[in-house]
Amino acid sequence: MIVEAIILSVIAASTPLLIAAAGELIVERSGVLNLGVEGMMIMGAACGFAGAYFSGSTIAGALCGIAAGTAMAFVFAALTLGLAVNQVATGLALTILGVGLSGLIGAAYVGQGITPAPHLYIPLLTDLPLIGRILFGQDAFVYVSAALIGGIWWFLYRTRAGLILRAVGDNHASAHALGYPVLRIRLCAVLFGGACAGLAGAYLPLAYTPFFIPGMTAGRGWIALALVVFSSWRPIRLVGGAYLFGAVSILQLHAQALGLGIPSQLMSSLPYLATVIVLVLISRTRATAGSAAPASLGMVFVPDR
Amino acid sequence: MPLVLERRQERSAAIAVISPLLAIALTFATMAVVFAAIGKNPLYALYVYFVEPLTDGYTLSELVVKATPLVMIGVGLALCYIANVWNIGAEGQFTIGAVAGSWIAVATNGTNAGHWVLPAMLAAGTVAGALYAMIPAICKVRFGASEILTSLMLVYVADFFMDYLVRGPWRDPHGMNFPTTADFDPVATVPTLFDGSRVHAGSIAALIVVMLAAVILGRTIKGFEIRLVGAAPRAARFAGFNANQLVVFTFAISGALAGLAGIIEVAGPIGHLQPGISPGYGFTAIIVAFLGRLNPVGVLIAGLFLALTFIGGESAQIALKVPLDLTKVIQGILLFYVLACDSLIVYRVRFIAPQPRAATGSA
Repeated sequence: MIVEAIILSVIAASTPLLIAAAGELIVERSGVLNLGVEGMMIMGAACGFAGAYFSGSTIAGALCGIAAGTAMAFVFAALTLGLAVNQVATGLALTILGVGLSGLIGAAYVGQGITPAPHLYIPLLTDLPLIGRILFGQDAFVYVSAALIGGIWWFLYRTRAGLILRAVGDNHASAHALGYPVLRIRLCAVLFGGACAGLAGAYLPLAYTPFFIPGMTAGRGWIALALVVFSSWRPIRLVGGAYLFGAVSILQLHAQALGLGIPSQLMSSLPYLATVIVLVLISRTRATAGSAAPASLGMVFVPDR
Repeated sequence: MPLVLERRQERSAAIAVISPLLAIALTFATMAVVFAAIGKNPLYALYVYFVEPLTDGYTLSELVVKATPLVMIGVGLALCYIANVWNIGAEGQFTIGAVAGSWIAVATNGTNAGHWVLPAMLAAGTVAGALYAMIPAICKVRFGASEILTSLMLVYVADFFMDYLVRGPWRDPHGMNFPTTADFDPVATVPTLFDGSRVHAGSIAALIVVMLAAVILGRTIKGFEIRLVGAAPRAARFAGFNANQLVVFTFAISGALAGLAGIIEVAGPIGHLQPGISPGYGFTAIIVAFLGRLNPVGVLIAGLFLALTFIGGESAQIALKVPLDLTKVIQGILLFYVLACDSLIVYRVRFIAPQPRAATGSA
């Protein structure tokens, strides 16, 4: 069924965006702007594929991806939190390094194949018409992304730790004065963001396309960053944004397949153009309604003593 | 924590000079470890990368060819970053500049057009780069959209646009179906300076850009405005400087320089428009700007050094059989060290002896 196929492909295209953006949302809520999502993702993709290739297991691959993303995030944290370096510049450095390093690591695996991540199958439930495969026939990553959003929502709005994280992001000086370890909290947030970006990157070669190509993230990390802005730093809105962008990227693929006489390059650039347009629209409405960004976002914090 | 940062009374002038050199030394040390890890002789590998290209006339001239776009783009980006404006889409502005200039070259191809063609191409590339860069700038000042994300997104759009042109309407009919335009006519080509090398007049243009930028930044009101808005935005507002106008201005200048570099690259060393005209000049120029301490003369030196990593990477690919991506790794590591060392200009790292438990415990 064509509708079911389209919905399934939209979910598959949206999942990496959602996972990466969910991690970055926590990072930015703690007041840190990590622009290196693209670099952490592509490292997650390369290391995730390598892990799955050697072990033959998707889970091992995903763990390798998470480890790679976290390691990259640690480098970022060491510079921005440890040495108070400009976060924008460090994030760019992380992306440049990640793209190069992943090409180096992944070069040996180009053209190799692995078994893609298995899909859930529950007899009867998965066989239900229309909703069966959409709800009960996905790979583990899709369910993880849903759990991640639910967990982040619960953490941010229903736990004390989440409140502290938001306080650190909104006013690090006050949080510090209250005795909260600002830098340590931010370190945890940055590492979590790296783990998510690594997992999101690993999804691409493990489930989306069961092979690795250099640069296969193709700007998804940057789109994830835009999604966090789009969501006004709220986890539930993030889901809408991620699925909207997943739909745009699938739409352009289907439109290309139909051959409407529109240049394929125009269709391919749609997700990027959509990002610019959405950023403009969302920022314009916010200019009148007041900014939703964490107040200390991107600012360097050096505790005085 | 035993290690803490402490703000210095004033910026350390000594470390400001040493920091880029220290960063380069640390990069060499790290790369030696990496080379050893992948089973290459570290000293020989470093020699191939960073010394050998300097010992040969041809590679020296290639160094200048590669440094030309890096310096030109890097100067523009440095102006942006001083003003705390984040243009990271220079790669896209480079491409659009190349496309706009090539349009004139393609339109006049084989028509015996006069010597007006090259100046027109350069002007078109410069203007197009500036206009393309003003899109994120205007989105920023009118709507508050993050210029970082919009300028980067437009890199992908520019790439697809050029891809469409060279595969579609502009494809060379005699090009065996390769995605490339026809070779530009001599009147549409940037002249080379010496016989037998690819060093072209664009390198002189890059030197002029460096000198102009140094004068503007150090000797004019506009330069003062750029520095003040970046260093003390509140004070700049009270001084009557308009930060929004400066966002558009710095974006336009950096876009113009990137566009000019783009058209010089296709009309000079390459000679036609094709995908892959840039090995990432627009992104590497970000590193150039920072390594050059956001100073035009520093950018010139840094541009030559990063050009060396490109040339060294190409020869290492053959001599050491290492992938070309290693060059990007070197560049990324270098930027990390530059940023880390720069932090020491403003802060000093102090060791604090861990306090005895009895003193901190609640009594």
